[in-house]
Amino acid sequence: MAGPDTHSHDHGDHSHGHDHEHDHARTFQPDIEDKPFSHYQVMAEALGELLIDSGVITADELRQQLEWLDARSPADGAKLVARAWTDPGFKKQLLQDVNAAAESIGLSAGDIPIRAIENTPAVHNVVVCTLCSCYPRGLLGLPPDWYKSREYRSRTVREPRAVLAEFGTVIPKEVEVRVHDSTADLRYLVLPMQPKGSESMKADALEELVTRDCMIGVSLPRSPRA
Amino acid sequence: MPRFAVGDVVRVRRAFPPGHVRTPYFTRGRSGIVDAIAGNYRNPEELAYGRYDAPTLPLYRVSFRQADLWPEYDGPAADTTIVDIYENWLEPAEEGQ
Repeated sequence: MAGPDTHSHDHGDHSHGHDHEHDHARTFQPDIEDKPFSHYQVMAEALGELLIDSGVITADELRQQLEWLDARSPADGAKLVARAWTDPGFKKQLLQDVNAAAESIGLSAGDIPIRAIENTPAVHNVVVCTLCSCYPRGLLGLPPDWYKSREYRSRTVREPRAVLAEFGTVIPKEVEVRVHDSTADLRYLVLPMQPKGSESMKADALEELVTRDCMIGVSLPRSPRA
Repeated sequence: MPRFAVGDVVRVRRAFPPGHVRTPYFTRGRSGIVDAIAGNYRNPEELAYGRYDAPTLPLYRVSFRQADLWPEYDGPAADTTIVDIYENWLEPAEEGQ
């Protein structure tokens, strides 16, 4: 089979009519279906079909749920953080019950309870799920691929400072690094410290400083001068 | 009623049962401190097999010193990992065990 190296795109040495057999057909990029279909994919497909066939949910309800999940984004989490920075009452509410705080400003965090964990001058928090990929999807969207990787899952609990440094985040030795392994029924959202120089900014401008990664805890919010 | 209170020293059972288990290996047999009681939840070890009528269990946030989890840990002594662990995996322990 012609590999990329032997497949010449220099067509100068032969006529380039559209009727000749062209071996582009041999270099297709694989489609999703060309990868092995895993046991769990089979089970997920089967479960979806059974739920629909037995009338528990409709195909449209399943589609709607996927659409809702795909439409979540870190912008929702950023709204909560920026509001907490500018409104002490809201911050208190957020630290007590993230889902209720989100609902109070018209956002839906989903049904799974989410806890906010607050960074302070003495503690830097970072979130991992060592078992799989538990993540506050309702507020941050789908987790990044690295969050699900074995590297991140195994090393974040074992050498968190080295992992953070690879993200460009160096935490001083006098600050406790506190790793949260979300293996059970709760999900975690890091409430970062408000960056210096942003004290006079309004909530909607502050939202721009709050990145996905700083709410996972692998990074810090953007600096207002950057 | 939760069996343990915030501040109690607890040890994760050193057990290796088959099936769906949410207690990470690296905590088995290790001691930590109850940081918070997260409420009562259904036991995922039962839910995984479709048993929805089993009683709920208290879920604890247990804080481990990194040095107690990883003997080779070379970061500051104050660094910790908090893991969510269901009550059936915890037993009372003494400080320093």
